[in-house]
Amino acid sequence: MFKPGGVSEALEITDLACRRGGRLLFEGVSARVNPGGALLLVGPNGAGKSSLLRLLAGLLPAADGTVAFAGRQAFAGHEVALKPRQTLGAELAHWARLDGGQALVPGALAAMNLAPLVDVPCRMLSSGQKRRAAIARVIAAGADLWLLDEPTAGLDAASADLLAQAMAIHRAAGGLIVAAVHGDIGLGDAAVLRLG
Amino acid sequence: MIWALFRRDVLMIARSPVLWLPVLFFVLVAALFPFAVGPDARLLARIAPGIIWVAALLASLLPVETLLAPDVEDGTIDQLIARGIPLEIICTGRIAAHWLGFAVPLLMALPVAGVLLGLNADTATRLGLALLVGTPALASLAVVAAALTAGLKGGGALAGLIVLPLALPVLIFGVGSDVAGALRLLAAASLVALAVGPFAAAAALRPD
Repeated sequence: MFKPGGVSEALEITDLACRRGGRLLFEGVSARVNPGGALLLVGPNGAGKSSLLRLLAGLLPAADGTVAFAGRQAFAGHEVALKPRQTLGAELAHWARLDGGQALVPGALAAMNLAPLVDVPCRMLSSGQKRRAAIARVIAAGADLWLLDEPTAGLDAASADLLAQAMAIHRAAGGLIVAAVHGDIGLGDAAVLRLG
Repeated sequence: MIWALFRRDVLMIARSPVLWLPVLFFVLVAALFPFAVGPDARLLARIAPGIIWVAALLASLLPVETLLAPDVEDGTIDQLIARGIPLEIICTGRIAAHWLGFAVPLLMALPVAGVLLGLNADTATRLGLALLVGTPALASLAVVAAALTAGLKGGGALAGLIVLPLALPVLIFGVGSDVAGALRLLAAASLVALAVGPFAAAAALRPD
């Protein structure tokens, strides 16, 4: 479990290689993210940013190299994984139960300004609101490492600010962030890993 | 955790608009046969177990496109894997929920089908017992087929082609369950399908 104010472990990526469909996407990728640190993955479309994130999340096998991280991770990919007929509140509660408790859900909803939408079925949400819900799920997971795939895609400026604040709070508490980005997402001091 | 997953799966199936489709289909097939075969009660009673088993097998396949494909497409499976939950556990929960969703209503509809086909109480009871033992295998095979065809267009038809040959042992021992020992062989076939199902489905879902 994530301990607020506690110290997480570092994330250590060593000589990582990824092969998709017989094609080598990248190889020899090494990086280290310390507690409270952030790593931005940048590069052209198809360079393997999303694949690297999915690899870190355990969704893809590595062709070579190792990923060492002792803590828990939360992943927000392109797909939002919200069931259309369920309310937003029920969805976040379900995932929080799997993550070990719903204590962080109200705070996560407030952080992404979703509290007024808890009783709305997910099919009624706009794509930006779904995106915010996926970020709220990451916040509510209480994980040490956040893996975010283009988290600001589809977000308005106010929501992007909320995300930046949430990331700052997460890092201040010793959390780690790895994000695939195009442009600035409010992580000015983060290390940059260029792919492709 | 497995309990939370199972509860969620059952909830999703219970809220699904296709919940009543398998059992309606099952009763409809049972109602159609007397019209198609003619009102010969002895003949109907003789072929009734076969009709009911084939109807149950096809009913188990009706919701196959909604069993896993939506979860693969909307990223739910990704979220579960990212939480370190083994795919085998996910598939086990899904098999149990699918069984609850299609087999239990079907068993409750069995008396109706039995009356329509002119079954006597003894045969209907034995058939109910055989269905109770055999339907978990059908649920397991349906989830394996759902995993294999998730992400394919028109996966439902392909799923049928995958399941039907594999379901033959269950069908044979299920229909012949009045013969001594057949129920045990049915149970054995069902256990094998249940034991292999979660691993086969998980292997099919594992991202490459």
